[in-house]
This record gives sequence, structure tokens and C-alpha cells, in this order.
Amino acid sequence: MRSMSKSKEMQEFAENVVDAAEVQGRSLWTDARARFKKNRAAMISVYVLLAVALFAIFGGYFAQWSNEEIDWSILGNVPTKGMPSIENGHYFGVDDLGRDLYARVVQGSGISLMVGLIGAIVAVVFGTFYGAVSGYAGGRVDGIMMRIVDILYSVPFFFILVLLLVVFGRSILMIFVGIGLVSWLGVARVVRGQTLSLKNREFVQAARATGVPSHIIIFRHIVPNLFGVIIVYGSLLVPDMILAESFISFLGLGVQEPQTSWGALISEGTKTMQYGTLWQLLIPLFFFTVVMFSLFYIGDGLRDALDPKDR
Amino acid sequence: MLNLILRRFAIAIPTLLTLTIITYLLMHSAPGGPFTSERPLPPQVLANIEAKYGIDQPLYKQMWNYIVGVVTQFDFGPSFKYKDQTVNEIIARGLPVTLTYGVLSFLAAVLVGIPLGIFAAIRQNTAVDYFANAFAIVAQVLPNFVLGPLLILFFTLWLGWLPGGGWNGGYWPHLIMPVIALSTSYMASVTRIMRSSMLEVLRSNYIRTARAKGIPEHIVIIRHALRPAMLPVISYLGPVFVGMITGSFIVDSVFSTGGLGYYFVNAAFNRDYAVMLGVTLLLGALTIFFNLLVDLLYGVIDPQIRY
Repeated sequence: MRSMSKSKEMQEFAENVVDAAEVQGRSLWTDARARFKKNRAAMISVYVLLAVALFAIFGGYFAQWSNEEIDWSILGNVPTKGMPSIENGHYFGVDDLGRDLYARVVQGSGISLMVGLIGAIVAVVFGTFYGAVSGYAGGRVDGIMMRIVDILYSVPFFFILVLLLVVFGRSILMIFVGIGLVSWLGVARVVRGQTLSLKNREFVQAARATGVPSHIIIFRHIVPNLFGVIIVYGSLLVPDMILAESFISFLGLGVQEPQTSWGALISEGTKTMQYGTLWQLLIPLFFFTVVMFSLFYIGDGLRDALDPKDR
Repeated sequence: MLNLILRRFAIAIPTLLTLTIITYLLMHSAPGGPFTSERPLPPQVLANIEAKYGIDQPLYKQMWNYIVGVVTQFDFGPSFKYKDQTVNEIIARGLPVTLTYGVLSFLAAVLVGIPLGIFAAIRQNTAVDYFANAFAIVAQVLPNFVLGPLLILFFTLWLGWLPGGGWNGGYWPHLIMPVIALSTSYMASVTRIMRSSMLEVLRSNYIRTARAKGIPEHIVIIRHALRPAMLPVISYLGPVFVGMITGSFIVDSVFSTGGLGYYFVNAAFNRDYAVMLGVTLLLGALTIFFNLLVDLLYGVIDPQIRY
């Protein structure tokens, strides 16, 4: 009897041991995902941001007017008849020229979000490439590459961006390129620092000892280990990009009609607010502010989730 | 110390040169010069104008003449758009305005941000702290081009307290809104940096020792904690300064204050390359000079740094 129970215990134990062996190791990413999900502000922000993105992509299908159509019946008296209304199909009212503000905001949201995303991707990809190469190469190459970054860093880039737009024409592509070019420097510095500390680790030495060429070491062994840092940094870049684009467009140097963005819409709203057409300012402002808030909390959440310091 | 200054200048000079060359080349490669207009000028006239402004010479020579002019006589050449004005005159008109509200905003950001950050750290998790945190987050998503119009909406259109724009020789009611618009987001950042750095310093061992010796709390903070806690704020002063300069473009645009930003943006619309180049170089030089000052200040405060 006794031996039976004992063997049963043993059996259970043995099973547990087998189970324990099968328990998956918790990777950095599972950990990070769990931590991020616990951060309520960040999770809400993700949903808000998704909602705005869906609005930018599919909102156009619900518009009663196109973004270029002028509603002649309202044009003369925008302040009295142009306010937001369901009846005449202008959900957000009309802008100064009698165009449907709903359609304009959909269009502007798309462009602003895209600038944020693509600008950040350009900056991250180029900065990672530059930083990883510089850090891995080390020595004199590293010195020269980083001196170049230092010099470019102290150039006031706002001016260069305006110049690029003036010289090559104000196209969206130029804004993407210009803003992306401006902001890879920070990424390059961070990535280089991390690469320096990674390149003497055992797995890199092992790769080098087995004759793996440098470019494969950089992109297969070093860069994947930097993803955490890169994602955090990139997520903080997105609001910066949107801000920069809005800044430039607010000055009238950014996107050109008939295209628009949050900055351009806010600028238009500012010019007409004294006539009482406040919705033209407040609606784009609302979208801009809500997205900036969300991106701020998401960036914060990602940093908390991925930053190894707090572990 | 001298070594650092020299080394900084060794970087500053190539930086300014790079800036000049990039700017110059960019402008030169622009389609359509400053003198292209709806009605094409007769070739003879165009040639005369180009000779007058020196743009018929080879590129390197133009650039050389320009740099020599700037370095030896501080002469940025004539404006391409306004025939009777030099860039120097335009700068002389715009710079005092920009500097006035720029310096005031800088002081506001630092002199409000630092004390607020310190109080938030000392009284962690009290009303002051929550206020400072909320302020930091709200100010971060309200950049100057959003804040400026909102201020006008409240204080000019609704309350009618302040003039909605103009400069009026720097009479103080005209300064209030530009300074608030320009300084708020940097004030918030300074507060946040000051708070977190103060919190970190207050947890360190030597602060515990000082308290254990029975030194009154306010002296612990002023004499022991303040200096190391200031360091991150000081290294942030460079970005604050740059923010004041670029932000001045928005201030000029929203409040019609007529500073350098107004002339720069106008020049960008008119393809007035001389003005753009002059303003870029001047503000670039100011930025570099200011960063040097910040580095020196850093060295004075942090004894661990030896040059």
C-alpha cells in the first residue's frame, strides 16, 4: 500500500519533471508583451491610434462630399451655415473655401500618419545601418563616421529642411526624405553605442572565428539583438516626425494644395478663427492632440516594456 | 579648459563651412533663380543683373567671395528680392525682435522649470508632483503652433485682454503670449528632467549620510543635491536654445511679431537665397556658440570632467 502511494508520488513527480522540461523559456518578447499589456494607458492609446488609422483609411467611404468639391450653397456664408451638421452631409462642417472638412480631415490624417510612419522608418533603417557599420568597424572608420554625425548634429536642420523643400519643390516625397534625413543621427548614435558593447560578446566572436563575413555578422547577429532599442527609439520618433511635418506645413512650407495635413488644417483654422468658424481649428486640433497623446503613451509603454534597466 | 575651447572651435569651423557649402549648393541647383519672373527679362538685362549680384562668376568663386565677405566684414551681401536692402539690414531689423522674446522665453523655461522640478521631486506624490507631471504631459502634446492660436483665441478673441499680435516696439502686452507659446513645452521638459534627476540624486548614499549627520533638509537639497542634479538640465539647454530659434518662426507667423522667422519664411517663398543663407548662417553660428557655452558651464559644475 505504502509503496504504491510512494510510487504514485514518484510518478507524479516524474510527470512534473517532464512538464517542467516542456515549459517554454520566456523570451524577451513574451515578457515585454505581457508588461506592455498591463500598461493600461498604453493599451488604450493603441486602440485610439488604431481607430484614427482606420478613420484615415476608410473614413473616405462615409464622406458625402469629396475633398475638392466646393459646396456653392454655403460658400458665401460659411460662419452661419458651414458648421458641422448631419443634415447637409458636412459632418465636420466646411472649410473656408466651402470644401467638406470631414473629407479634408480624412485626407490630412492619412498624410500626417504616413509622414510619421515613413519618416520614422527611413530614419531607423538608415540610422541602424550607419550606426551598426560604424560601431562594428571601430577604429579610424568609426572615428570619421561619428565625427560626421557630430558635425551634422550641430547643423540647424530645420533650415536645411526648408531649403530642401524650397529648392526641390514642395512635394510629399521631399518631406518624407527631408524629415527622415534629419532624424537618423540620433538612431545612429544609439545603435553604434549598443553595437560597441555587443561586438565583443562570445556569440559574435564565435561567428567571426567560424569565418562569417562582417556584413552577415552585422545584419544577422548584431542588428537582431538591437531590435528592442530600435523599436523604442523608433516609436519615440513617430510623434517627432508628425510634429515636424505639421510645423513646416503650419508655416505654409509643407504639403501643397489640394493635399493637406493636420498642420496645414490647423493653420487654415487659425487664419479664420476670428470669424467664428471655430470648428475649422478645433476639429483638426482634436485629431492632432489625441494622436500625439496616444503616441506619447505608447512610446512610454514600449520603453517600460523593453528597457532592460528596469528588469 | 582652453583645450576644450580650441577643440570645440576646431569642430565649429568645419560645421559652419559645411552649412555654407550645403546651403549654397542647394540654392544653386534650384530650378528658376530669384530673377525668373512671369515675363522673361531681356537677356541683356538679365546678364547685367547677374553681373551686379556676382552670380555670373563660377560657383567656387562666388562661394569664396561670399565667405570672405562674411568673415572679414560681416557682410551677407544684398537681398535678391528687395533691391534697395542688404541682408545685413534685414537681419538688423529682425534679430532684436527674435532675441527679445527668445531670451525671455528661455529664461521663463529655465527659471520656472527648475524650481517646479525640484519641488515636484521633494514633495513626491503630492499635489505639486501631480501638477508637474500633468503639466509635462499636456505641454508635450501642445506644441507652440497649437498653443499660439489657442492663446489668441482665449486672451484676444474671447477675453479681449491682450493684443493678438504685432510688436509695437516690444511693449510688454505684446510679449506675453509669444513668450508663453514659445516657452511652455520646454518649461515642461525642463521640469520633467529636473524632477527625475533630483529624485535619483536624493536616493544616493551621500545624501543619506548628510541627513544622518542631522543637516536640515533644505540645506541638504541646496548644498548637496542641487549641483549634481542640475547636470542633465544643463545638457538639455542646447536643445532648448535650438527650440527657441526654430520656434521663433512660428511666433512670427502666429503673432506677426516681425522677427527673423518672418523674413526667413518670406525669403523661402520668394526664393530670396541671400536672405535665407544669411539667416541660416547667423542662427547656425549662434547655436554652435551657445552649445560651446553650455559645455563650459557643464565643466564648471561637474568637477569630474577634466578637459
